[in-house]
Amino acid sequence: MRETIRFLKGGEIVELDDVGPTDTVLDYLRLRRRETGTKEGCGEGDCGACTVALGRLVDGKPVYQPVNSCIQLLGMIDGAELVTVEDLTADDKLHPVQAAMVACHGSQCGFCTPGFIMTLFTLYHSEGQQKSRKTVNEWLAGNLCRCTGYRPIVEAALDACFDAADDAFSWRANETRERLQALADSRDVFIGDSERFFASPSTLDGLASLYAQHPDATLVAGATDVGLWITKQLRDLSRTIWLGRIEGLDRVENSPSGVLIGATATYQASEEAMTDLSADLGELWKRIGSKQVRASGTVGGNIANGSPIGDTPPALIALGTTLELQTIDGSRALPLEEFFIDYGKQDRKPGEFVTGLFVPRLSGNQTFRCYKITKRFDQDISSVMGAFRFTLENGVIREARIAYGGMAGIPKRAAGAEAALTGALVDDPSTWGEGMQALLTDFTPLSDMRASAEYRMETARALLAKALMEISGTAPEDIRVLAQREADNDRAA
Amino acid sequence: MTAPLEHLDLTGPLKQVRKSLPHDSAEKHVRGTAEYIDDMVEPVGTLHVVPGWAKDAVRGSVHAIDLEDVRSAPGVVEVLTAADIRGINDCSSAFGDDPVLAEKEILFNGQVVFAVVAETREAARKAALNAKIEITPSTPILTPDDAVDADTTVMPDYQFRRGSPETGMPASEAVLSGTMYIGGQEHFYLEGQVAMALPQEDGGMLVYSSTQHPTEIQHTVAKVLGVPDAAVTAEVRRMGGGFGGKESQANQWAALAALAAQKTGRACKLRLDRDDDMIMTGKRHDFKVEWKVGHDGSGKIRAVDIQFLARCGYSADLSLGVNDRTMFHADSSYFYPDALIRSRRLRTDTCSNTAFRGFGGPQGMLAAERMIDAIAIKTGRDPLEIRKLNFYDAEHNLTPYGMPVEEHEVMLDLVEKIEESSDYWNRREEVARFNSENAVLKKGLALTPVKFGISFTLKQLNQAGALVHLYTDGSVHLNHGGTEMGQGLNQKVAQVVAEEFGVTLDKVRITATNTSKVPNTAPTAASSGTDLNAMAARKAAREIKDRLIAYIGEQYQCGPEAIHFGDNKVLVGEQAFSLAEIAKQAFVARIQLSHAGYYATPGITWDRESVTGRPFFYFAFGGACAEVTIDTMTGEMSVDRVDILHDVGHSLNPAIDLGQIEGGFVQGMGWLTTEELVWDDKGRLRTHAPSTYKIPTASDVPEDFRVDLYEGEGNPQATVYRSKAVGEPPVMLANSVFCAINDAVASLNPGEVPSLDAPATPEAIMKAVQDMRRRKATQ
Ligand SMILES: Cc1cc2nc3c(=O)[nH]c(=O)nc-3n(C[C@H](O)[C@H](O)[C@H](O)COP(=O)(O)OP(=O)(O)OC[C@H]3O[C@@H](n4cnc5c(N)ncnc54)[C@H](O)[C@@H]3O)c2cc1C
Ligand code: FES
Ligand code: FES
Repeated sequence: MRETIRFLKGGEIVELDDVGPTDTVLDYLRLRRRETGTKEGCGEGDCGACTVALGRLVDGKPVYQPVNSCIQLLGMIDGAELVTVEDLTADDKLHPVQAAMVACHGSQCGFCTPGFIMTLFTLYHSEGQQKSRKTVNEWLAGNLCRCTGYRPIVEAALDACFDAADDAFSWRANETRERLQALADSRDVFIGDSERFFASPSTLDGLASLYAQHPDATLVAGATDVGLWITKQLRDLSRTIWLGRIEGLDRVENSPSGVLIGATATYQASEEAMTDLSADLGELWKRIGSKQVRASGTVGGNIANGSPIGDTPPALIALGTTLELQTIDGSRALPLEEFFIDYGKQDRKPGEFVTGLFVPRLSGNQTFRCYKITKRFDQDISSVMGAFRFTLENGVIREARIAYGGMAGIPKRAAGAEAALTGALVDDPSTWGEGMQALLTDFTPLSDMRASAEYRMETARALLAKALMEISGTAPEDIRVLAQREADNDRAA
Repeated sequence: MTAPLEHLDLTGPLKQVRKSLPHDSAEKHVRGTAEYIDDMVEPVGTLHVVPGWAKDAVRGSVHAIDLEDVRSAPGVVEVLTAADIRGINDCSSAFGDDPVLAEKEILFNGQVVFAVVAETREAARKAALNAKIEITPSTPILTPDDAVDADTTVMPDYQFRRGSPETGMPASEAVLSGTMYIGGQEHFYLEGQVAMALPQEDGGMLVYSSTQHPTEIQHTVAKVLGVPDAAVTAEVRRMGGGFGGKESQANQWAALAALAAQKTGRACKLRLDRDDDMIMTGKRHDFKVEWKVGHDGSGKIRAVDIQFLARCGYSADLSLGVNDRTMFHADSSYFYPDALIRSRRLRTDTCSNTAFRGFGGPQGMLAAERMIDAIAIKTGRDPLEIRKLNFYDAEHNLTPYGMPVEEHEVMLDLVEKIEESSDYWNRREEVARFNSENAVLKKGLALTPVKFGISFTLKQLNQAGALVHLYTDGSVHLNHGGTEMGQGLNQKVAQVVAEEFGVTLDKVRITATNTSKVPNTAPTAASSGTDLNAMAARKAAREIKDRLIAYIGEQYQCGPEAIHFGDNKVLVGEQAFSLAEIAKQAFVARIQLSHAGYYATPGITWDRESVTGRPFFYFAFGGACAEVTIDTMTGEMSVDRVDILHDVGHSLNPAIDLGQIEGGFVQGMGWLTTEELVWDDKGRLRTHAPSTYKIPTASDVPEDFRVDLYEGEGNPQATVYRSKAVGEPPVMLANSVFCAINDAVASLNPGEVPSLDAPATPEAIMKAVQDMRRRKATQ
């Protein structure tokens, strides 16, 4: 057991033994280290002003990801290299992304700038990115700037971020690898006492027994939900258990029958496999939060959080996903939709945790569509999210699996519409009417700041119509303004 | 995207001015070393202040406040209430109706009732949750409609009248009318409100505040603490964005920090949590607009009657100037022969709406564009034709408030240039073709003008001071009353001063705005920061230079024509000196090397009482052409292309001006599309965080975005190097996006005016689409 966390910063190994259960990386930087380059703009993961880079070894190479330090627990940087804006200059010379930002006039008030610099730093270090405005926009979705209008920042990114990395970090990559390897160990981390602790077990068994002992402890995967309980609701979480070091829990396994996503696999890590399952799923993944959120956040957390507006549950339910849970006494699996019992209530026993989910592949006669409707294209929570899997046979819908988010207190299947559409003809819109009508009784949505109940209902119906139009042969680009399908990889399509 | 400005010819005799030099802090921004108030090294023992409020109270009288559990919470040093105020419990800029700490009545959900002072910010935030405040609620007045019904206002109604709308309207061949709701806007400066107060000897107070108006911070703090103005110094080096939100509404936080510092004798810092910031501070005013326009049947306007119903919130704040400016811009760029422009400043039980880039102007202009679009739809003519038909011209150049539009030719020329460069007419045809071929997706196109009046309409604010010192090593200390919030003011002023002394910029030291250096200043607002402060600084530099010239002339027996300042040198005939050498000599000769410059804008004569005179020094112009696509099934929308041409006179720094134009446009686009403020029926703001309030991100910027500076004769008024102000006008370029969306909706049912309200969220677009379909079905 280890009673410290260890990480690399500015070429030095830092070891801390005073890590509280709710300490954040941002507070550590600004209040303890008095490094004030990293800013707080919102304290809830939405503005990116607090972005730092975390370097971890992937296939033996340091890979840098942007992270919102305001909602990242300090303990979660164990074993990583923490890079902040202060670390970028070498011999007082500007880093290439810093120089490009100056040259392109990419800052005005400058408050957002360190965050942008850090996201661009991670883009600079990521390989195989296609040089385009679209790529840059995708990377910048989690950084808000209220002054510049982004054009000069995008230009700076295009200028600086698409050649092979050639900076102090790439020069010393070997050394960094060795140091990060030296930090990697399989000891459980436990800092504090049984009343108040930050813990990070390294095995599933270790987690099962720790959680059985402290069933009221808060499990933390990416902290993109939990972080806000701390910074916004000011909840005093006295015991936090971070799952990020558990061996094997972050796996993403492709098989002919489907994809297994471990509970701590980040959105980032599962994106490719999801895109491979369906183009729309890939599009959806890219619109969940931002790069920062996807680098930390997990599908497991999205599900365990039980929110009625989480984006992945409707899509995964429509795809027929199975959820896997475990306690110290053993494990079980259940269809994902059965996990969501009611608003704020899930089928999870004390001491039980999610280990993963299995998403079956579409069979040859199945096609999948999903649509996320938001006020803003990037990094916004859905007002309505609709997901549709149709099993077709000779132009007849044999099975429809339809699930919505934002339409009820839980992510929920449209049982009436599914039944009504079974037997409907793909090419005959007059046979769709009953299904469209059934939605009116399947759901009673609410009004809130994201949308009114009326808009939600009308849009839910429009999305079903859209999905049906698309499977009947209408080209998506003719009926979509946004979120174009990059590839048409559904088999039945 | 094209790389802008490459074609501009920036050569010429000027060495510093007109150059696209980076922002003075650019390197510090990218290094993270530019210091904001929360980054300053805190004095030992600094305490943290967090404002407390009654989460569920909206409007009502307070009958019990129990702060015991706040006081006893860990880390708490002090809990402040109104009783702790030794001076006057008010932080308003003028009207005396903004309590620092509410006492007997809660006027809106989010009003501050007490303040916790604790060892850490976290402790203070947690302690604040323990308060128990009970009120006797009364039914809140929330919307403009509620306020009209209840007849509550924060100040008297006001109107502009020209000609005889009563007869002009009925005499018009065609009359159109409608109602439009225009939403407000949260500033979302990336750096939230923050202030740090340090007690000084003899009851003095030094206050660092993220403010656009240090003088008002000084006055407010003095008033609240009960000390003379001279005992208080306010300072700000830079803000992480302001946009009007820190013009008057930085006062309360500075006052609370100072109050805590007075009470505890320790340094105290208050940095608002983002959600508190969004809940407690005012926003851009939202409006209900009732309009009526008469035209001659072919689209030429005969008479206009507009009523602006503004939600001002619980207090007056800056609503007088904001709503006046709405009225000043209700003409957009169009001549109204007979006009009645009416304004009601409605009092509601919501946060007190305040300055926001454009200061009411954007809402006025948007209403005018709605009228034009309506005329175009009803006459079947293109909106651009109707716009140009009604433009001010040589014969019709008088605004409804009596000021002539002298540069009407620039206005027309600019619009014609963009009409051509955007290929408007061909694209109009393409859009029509697209719409005839697509059932679900519809495109819209619009080209709209900008004409924005430059000057504070409150005459006394059009003055500025600067303080310039030349040291004997040749370095220059520059200080002025303007504040830096990202707009590049300090950089522009430094370029002007460097030009004056003939030195490179590294010789000019920019320093923090400080009320003890330059007193009695105006806020940095109304786009006038550079116009005013660069002039004052230039006058200060010129005075010092004139003294040097006089000295050199005497010492070296030559006339002024033989003396030349340039390239960090002073040429005296054939002889070259460094500026340091000349400064040293002058010092020895007992010449004063410091001067306080002062400037007051000439020619402004506006008299509000009599509704006469000239409110503006000049107008800034612009034009934008936007193309959008909407999805008529979901209301989703994309902005496909935007062309902008904008008039900044002769630019002082083209790169900085471009940044203001692009940034202003994108901010305006956010206001009119994704940025929706939602209050629930109880009066609580539901969109109080970036998770629910959506400002544009990079992907919202049009894929095809072409921005250029208009090259004309420069400002006809004698502004600094014939430049024009650029801070606010570009916001209104975004009207083109809203009008284009309206155009797309209008295509669903030609001849019918859509009922689209702002912001055009997917839901708002769908509402307008369905309304068009309903009307079509019943036709
Ligand atoms: C800026 C921002 C944008 C966002 N945008 C989106 C969006 O577009 N769409 C969307 O759906 N969501 C969005 N979210 C929400 C969030 O990212 C997700 O819900 C995320 O998937 C949660 O995963 P996590 O790993 O961060 O979970 P955590 O925050 O670590 O945990 C979330 C919850 O799950 C529990 N938990 C975590 N792992 C397990 C486990 N293995 N077993 C049992 N319980 C567990 C935790 O105890 C907690 O209750 C956004 C969040 C932020 C901050
Ligand atoms: S401070 Fe805004 S994302 Fe962290
Ligand atoms: S430069 Fe001000 S927020 Fe980006």
